[in-house]
Amino acid sequence: MAGKRRQGSGIAAPPAPSQVVASPAAGVAWDYAPAPESREIVTIAGEYGLFIDGEFGPAADGQQFPTVNPATEETLALVALAGLADVHRAVAAARAAYQNVWGPMPGAERAKYLYRIARVLQERAREFAVLESLDNGKPIKESRDVDVPLAAAHFFYHAGWADKLDYAGLGPAPRPLGVAGQVIPWNFPLLMAAWKLAPALAAGNTCVLKPAETTPLTALLLAEVCQQAGLPPGVVNVLTGAGDTGAALVSHPGVDKVAFTGSTEVGKQISRSVAGTGKRLTLELGGKAANVVFDDAPVEQAVEGIVNGIFFNQGHVCCAGSRLLVQESVADVVVDRLKDRLATLRLGDPLDKNTDIGAINSREQLDKITELSAAGDAEGAQRWSPPGRLPEKGYWFPPTVFTGVSQSYRIAREEIFGPVLSVLTFRTPQEAVTKANNTPYGLSAGVWTEKGSRILWMAQRLRAGVVWANTYNRFDPASPFGGYRESGFGREGGRHGLAAYLDA
Amino acid sequence: MGIEQASQVIPGRTWPSGLATSGVAASDAALRQVLHGLPGVDQVGAEARAASLATRSVKRDAKLWALDMSIRMIDLTTLEGADTPGKIRAMCAKALRPDPADPAVPSVAAVCVYPDLVAVAQAQLAGAQLAGGKPGGGKPGGGRVAVASVATAFPSGRASLAVKLADVDDAVSSGADEVDMVIDRGAFLAGRYGQVYEEIRAVREACGAAHLKVILETGELATLDNVARASWLAMLAGADFIKTSTGKVSPAATPPVALVMLAAVRDYARATGRQVGVKVAGGIRTAKDAIRYLVLVRETAGPEWLTPALFRIGASSLLNDLLMQRSKQLTGHYGGPDYFTLD
Repeated sequence: MAGKRRQGSGIAAPPAPSQVVASPAAGVAWDYAPAPESREIVTIAGEYGLFIDGEFGPAADGQQFPTVNPATEETLALVALAGLADVHRAVAAARAAYQNVWGPMPGAERAKYLYRIARVLQERAREFAVLESLDNGKPIKESRDVDVPLAAAHFFYHAGWADKLDYAGLGPAPRPLGVAGQVIPWNFPLLMAAWKLAPALAAGNTCVLKPAETTPLTALLLAEVCQQAGLPPGVVNVLTGAGDTGAALVSHPGVDKVAFTGSTEVGKQISRSVAGTGKRLTLELGGKAANVVFDDAPVEQAVEGIVNGIFFNQGHVCCAGSRLLVQESVADVVVDRLKDRLATLRLGDPLDKNTDIGAINSREQLDKITELSAAGDAEGAQRWSPPGRLPEKGYWFPPTVFTGVSQSYRIAREEIFGPVLSVLTFRTPQEAVTKANNTPYGLSAGVWTEKGSRILWMAQRLRAGVVWANTYNRFDPASPFGGYRESGFGREGGRHGLAAYLDA
Repeated sequence: MGIEQASQVIPGRTWPSGLATSGVAASDAALRQVLHGLPGVDQVGAEARAASLATRSVKRDAKLWALDMSIRMIDLTTLEGADTPGKIRAMCAKALRPDPADPAVPSVAAVCVYPDLVAVAQAQLAGAQLAGGKPGGGKPGGGRVAVASVATAFPSGRASLAVKLADVDDAVSSGADEVDMVIDRGAFLAGRYGQVYEEIRAVREACGAAHLKVILETGELATLDNVARASWLAMLAGADFIKTSTGKVSPAATPPVALVMLAAVRDYARATGRQVGVKVAGGIRTAKDAIRYLVLVRETAGPEWLTPALFRIGASSLLNDLLMQRSKQLTGHYGGPDYFTLD
């Protein structure tokens, strides 16, 4: 082009790239100055107790465990470790509150409390966001823009249902189940607490919530919000602890309903312990989702969707798009673009407002990601990460892409639960469906194409609870979320989510 | 560039070579095949990406750098029926010394006027010393504030090619360093891509040494797919810059539109080695807006586009907000609006 113009009538050639770079105006590195969110907004106590019957107090046997900031490995606080006696006490408090206060209360009255919790969550949003990022390691832009607003949205949404349960289409006069024992994971600590508590409370149940061992702090702050909102004692109880506490809770005979979000392995254990007891059970477990990119996809946005699918929350997402299935004819273009895009991701201090990738939640999880990635190398996949240094302290793993992956590799079959993407290719839509479904999981999938009919064709055939079209990782309280097969059963959100907490 | 080359530069698309020779380069069908072969743009996704980049937090030194760079990227513009030589002279003085109280404030990149006022601006700016001690940033003429002129029956472009070319000649012979042309949106929307392409090429020829900015008027193209197609069409036809809007149509520049255009120039440069600039214009009034566009540039086209040679902001009232924020950044407090000159 430039050559042609030079042949023309003395038209000046545009500046060649080298000239531009050499000009004094260009080539100046512009990087964003550190923009850390202040942690002053939140007061972290040295010690935290269990929240039982409306009050905080130590565990019966006085045991405690530390919770650390995964970005720095500093201990944030000591938290009470609930034992069997505490589980008894919490379940009894929840039972009493169910029978005496919350169960008989008219739905319109219950709604007022839920609205109040939602509003306090919004008022104290920054506090929650900072605390979540400190305890979990996720970037503040995600806790601020996703976790906390969605948590408030779940309370608002379900508050609206509390006095309309008769009209939810589940049958006439649906009844609450009683006491719900709820065990939640560490990847979205506050949001998962909201997903569990809001529908249970709206339906008239009382709750005993067990947050994850590594991320107990925002659930405890939420307990404080329940106090602030004047929620009657015993309606919500929070038991901090590890696996044994959770096991004691779900197997407690006083629990009518068990809801669990977490790994498939633990989900199977819970399923066994609940079998034959008559308890209702919902499980939201792991996933190995396929993000399917066709050759007519909007490439630029598909790349964003791939990034959002697997690098959102460091890939600590059960519905993460951890397998990229890209049509072979555009695979090179898509992977090249993806690598360019990954080079712009900013990894570091989770409290910095410009951080895109935060810390891995725990040493244990980091070891698991490292081990599975090593398996990818050993099996012959090509590993790529953008250049850059990881912080010296804390638990970190760079965004990683494996190309040349086959269905048989461990990194294509096992849930890594980290920022690691496996790239596979396909030739025809049918092959895409076959490969996408060739997993024991069935939580989510993504489809990228400009052809509407193909989206519908794919959605009918993909065995996944959620299929996103030309987007990924979008959540809304009105939209049911959940999986099948080894990804669990039951739905959260929407009318379907309410059904899990009602006897209709 | 002929279609046979064009078809090879579009990422992920390959076309039979020899599909078209340069003789039919401008045929509607051939161009349609190229432009409609571009990857689609998903509106929802593009808006979400632009919104997420708007949350970047630019503070302290980074903010000061961005404020100074924004000033240096401004095409200080007046395009009113009421423009007079006096108004132009005042604007030129402002362009040279945006803040008389602080000689460290750099001059803007260019002034942008109607063709009949180019000579007035040129007389005012020729030989004038720049402020801030920095050259204007790689534009033709080097260390001075350039004069840009709109042309081609701006803003609607509804005139014959002969009239448009006469308009361009008028601007160039009066000394315009840069020409901001409008494309024929009617022809584009009717699918007469060949006509748009040939017009840009003809204007390109008529510009001589002047730099050509091609205004797409994205508010009238409506869809982001059209924005991407018009961007490629203008680049293939020889644009030095692609520009969002005339400022006379709403919506003017928006972050999603800029995002799509910045991705287009990045892809085009990768395919051809030629870097085309982007100018956003219309409705950019605050320093915060300007900095958000700089973030879009940095994270989409890349840091090498962060120069007045490759990114411009067409604006008028923006300049004083940049000055106000700059003095706030340096002194820690805001000066009242009357501490900044209105020219």
